[in-house]
Amino acid sequence: MARLEILRLDNNAKETDLVVHVNGKPIDVAAETTLDQLLLQLEITTRHVAVELNLEIVPFENHAKCELHDGDKLEVVTLVGGG
Amino acid sequence: MATEIDSLEQVSDQGMLTVGPFQLNSRLIVGSGRYENATVMKECLELSGAQCITVAVRRERLHDADGENLLDFIDSEKYILLPNTAGCYSAADAVRVAKMGREILRALGNPGADWVKLECLGDSKTLLPDPVATLEATERLVADGFHVLCYTSDDPVTARRLKAAGAAAVMPAGSPIGSGQGILNPNNIRIILEYLKDEDPDYPVIVDAGVGTASDVAQAMELGVDGVLLNTAIAHARDPHRMAQAMKSATYAGRQAFLAGRIPKRLYASASSPEEGVIATHPYPRGK
Repeated sequence: MARLEILRLDNNAKETDLVVHVNGKPIDVAAETTLDQLLLQLEITTRHVAVELNLEIVPFENHAKCELHDGDKLEVVTLVGGG
Repeated sequence: MATEIDSLEQVSDQGMLTVGPFQLNSRLIVGSGRYENATVMKECLELSGAQCITVAVRRERLHDADGENLLDFIDSEKYILLPNTAGCYSAADAVRVAKMGREILRALGNPGADWVKLECLGDSKTLLPDPVATLEATERLVADGFHVLCYTSDDPVTARRLKAAGAAAVMPAGSPIGSGQGILNPNNIRIILEYLKDEDPDYPVIVDAGVGTASDVAQAMELGVDGVLLNTAIAHARDPHRMAQAMKSATYAGRQAFLAGRIPKRLYASASSPEEGVIATHPYPRGK
């Protein structure tokens, strides 16, 4: 426990405590980041996306109250041309 | 070039294409993929007269420089979007992708949220469907409230199984996706129509994939299918705009011909002009 405290101090107590995986890429986010904040951080401002969190769709109405956890796996998809 | 088929009365005299709760005033469904650019796509969708446009679900490119989205070019107020599960090789993936498509369309307020064009592929070279995975995915999606339009091969037995599993429409391929080979086995399409429409004449059967040119569309429609779904035949034509118009006309012409009823094929000729009163001598005795 003591060692962990020291490590945190060394790290300037930065709150980039979480790593989440978005479309297979690791992304550092601050603790208590919510899904809508993550999308903003990723500069995804369009509503034309669907987000799946650990294989479950998160309805867009719930993005603001969906808090992320370390190791979360997210897929952010949109529509493209197709037949 | 204003043609008579531009008038809605003429289209509606063929009835709407009905799939589950959806009613489409065009029997042609077109894809939005493989166009040279989004502007050409937009114009071709318009010229095709289609009301339903298929779209694919893919990962959002993070920090995309141009920031353009397909939906900037497709008016979701005007078209009913039909999300596909293209590229999926398992029932689990197809169900996942279908749910993602539903969420995007729900957020958009597009009526297409509750339907899906199910593609469960079995082979990357032929893009033929995996019938077992397609059936499993159909069952799962139907249980989840989807109206499922099933891309399948032209096998009548599989088609029957998919309908029995609750598919809203069965969509046999005329030939492999993007191959442009047309309707390779019209007899199988005939059998599918016979089986699926038996005591259920309004059940929709749509030829999906393989169409190369307008005559392929007309042939499919003349067989009695309810609609045709195509993409590459327009997108990769030398003149996509002109081909979009051709496909629109072929869909209409093929349906009209089906409703009109073709004459039977016969081995010998049957003169169109009266034989009586001909001012000519006959070189052979009659009947020879």
